This record gives sequence, structure tokens and C-alpha cells, in this order.
Amino acid sequence: MHQEEKEGSSVRWFRRGMRDGIPISAGYFAVAFALGITAKQMGLSVLQSAVMSLTMLASAGEFAAITVIGGNAGLLVMAVTTVVVNMRYLLMSTALSQKIESRTGFAKRLMMSYCVTDEIFALAVTVKGKLDPMYNVGMAVVAAPGWTAGTALGAALGSILPTAAANALGVALYGMFLAVIIPPARKNLVIAAVVIISMLSSWLMSILPVLREISSGTRIIILTLLIASAAAILRPVKEEEGGQAS
Amino acid sequence: MKISTNIYLLVAAITIYAVRAIPLTLIRREIKSPFLRSFLYYVPYVTLAVMTFPAILSATGSPASAWIGLAAGVVLAYVDGNLFRVALGACAAVFISELFLL
Repeated sequence: MHQEEKEGSSVRWFRRGMRDGIPISAGYFAVAFALGITAKQMGLSVLQSAVMSLTMLASAGEFAAITVIGGNAGLLVMAVTTVVVNMRYLLMSTALSQKIESRTGFAKRLMMSYCVTDEIFALAVTVKGKLDPMYNVGMAVVAAPGWTAGTALGAALGSILPTAAANALGVALYGMFLAVIIPPARKNLVIAAVVIISMLSSWLMSILPVLREISSGTRIIILTLLIASAAAILRPVKEEEGGQAS
Repeated sequence: MKISTNIYLLVAAITIYAVRAIPLTLIRREIKSPFLRSFLYYVPYVTLAVMTFPAILSATGSPASAWIGLAAGVVLAYVDGNLFRVALGACAAVFISELFLL
């Protein structure tokens, strides 16, 4: 049964992905608009903002990239920051590698790699059993234009937006970040502690003499390595999938 | 030395693609090291928390409205958790608070 369905099933997975990508795309548009405003403020052009969103397809990752560019922190800091800030994609890609058939070809794996975002990952891992990479590709084909167009419009129109609206949109990305970290923190006290310690440390590093000279991009790397390592040593994650901190 | 923004963007794009593609193309077995698994598990929480605070305090017209946006975001994330509702709710809280504060 699996054999004869093989050809048509990729197309079906792709269509299903496109359908599931519509709400993602709409949400991306709104958040990307705020990102575009920030990008423009940091000196990126409308085209650069759009190209960044199309090539990176990442909220926190792009935000961090803009921060590095704004601080002219150097290419090494850019590469290391991008790795560290997007470390979760390494995790998600690892999880997704278990979700597809092991005989999946190299080309499909490369295509699927572009499509790893929090939301696409969230929908993909909730699929029962194995999935075809074209499902993720279908979602990205719909979601990426929303993300890119939102960024471009934010960069283009951000400056003519009323101040009150621009101020309000300024917290959109942070709201999204909170929605990623708070729900697991509610269920898991270790994560809650990690979140609180991270915020306090970040705040301290931004006000203490000497430490406050460190760029925020570098601060993200230092604190992530320190706090995630400490948490991993003190509270190793138990075996089962998804990981329950002990 | 001022590095071109385009070069920065190129480095960021290549790096983020590598981060996503390396596990999907190379790793076909599960990561076994408990430390590495745990470390990777905690990374997103630390990174996002550090990026959110205290940066959010200077993201609006005043620290006061930013605190209100932060509080709204935390509460909404706690009771709801939907990415876009939380983001829009935080924006709405800032917008409304600035009508009264400014």
C-alpha cells in the first residue's frame, strides 16, 4: 500500500502543507511588520530587510542579526550569534530527521532544511507517524511570502506609521518570544527558574559597569552558553521524548 | 572598520541554513549524550528570555507602557499561549496604556 501511494502522496502532503500554512502566514505578516520597522531603524533598506526575511525565515534569528549589524560587531560574532540564537533549530532539525523516512533523498532533506521554523515544526511534529518533507515545504511556500511581505512593508511604512501604533508594534516580537517560553515554564519549574535567571542576568549585564560594555549580541551568546550548560549539569533532561527536566 | 550590511546578511543566511541543514542531512541517529541533549533542550528558553529582557523596556514610547506590554504578554502567554494572540495582545496593551500615559 505504501509503495503505490508514494508518487501521489508527496503532492497530497504538499497541498496539505499549503493549507496548514495559511494561518501561519497571516500571523507571520503581523509580526514581520514589527521586525521590518526595527530593521529599518537599524539602517537596513527595504530590499535588505525583505531579502533577510526570505533567506533566514526566523524571528529571533533575524532580530539578533539586526542587533549585530546595528552594533557592527563583526562577522565572527554574526556567525556565532546566529548559531547560538538559532540553536533550537538544530534541535528541531534533529527531531525532524527522526520524523521522515530514513531513505528520504538528499534533495528533499535540503529543501526541508529551509522550512524549519517554530510554527512549522510545531505542526510537523504533531503529525502522527512519519511525514513527507513536502508537507513542511508546502507550509513554507505559503508562510515565507507572508513573512517576507510583512517585513518589507514594515520597513517601508514603519516611518510613516503613527508613533502610537509603531510603539505598540514594538512589543510584538517580544510577545511572540514570551508565548514560546512561558507556557513550558508554567508546567516545569526548572524552565521557569531558567527563564527568570536568564532575564535577571541579562538585566544585570546591561547595567553593571564593564559588563554593560559588552554588545547585546555577545551577551546573548555568553548567557546562553553559561546558563544552559549550568541547567544541563544541575538538572539533566530525562530520557523520554521532548524531555522532562528532573 | 564598517562591514557592509550585505556581507553580514550573507553570513547570517548561510549560517542559519547550515544550522538547519546539518542535522537533517547528516544525523540519522539520535543524539545520545545526556549533557548535550539537556543543553540543547534549555537553549531556546535562555536565548529568548535574554533577548526579551531588558530590551523590551526600550521598545515602546516609555518604560511604563513597556512594562504593561510585558505584563500583558506574560499573563496572556500563561493563560493562552498562542503565539499571535499573545503578540497582538501585548501590542494592544501598549497601545491602550499609551493613550492614558502620554
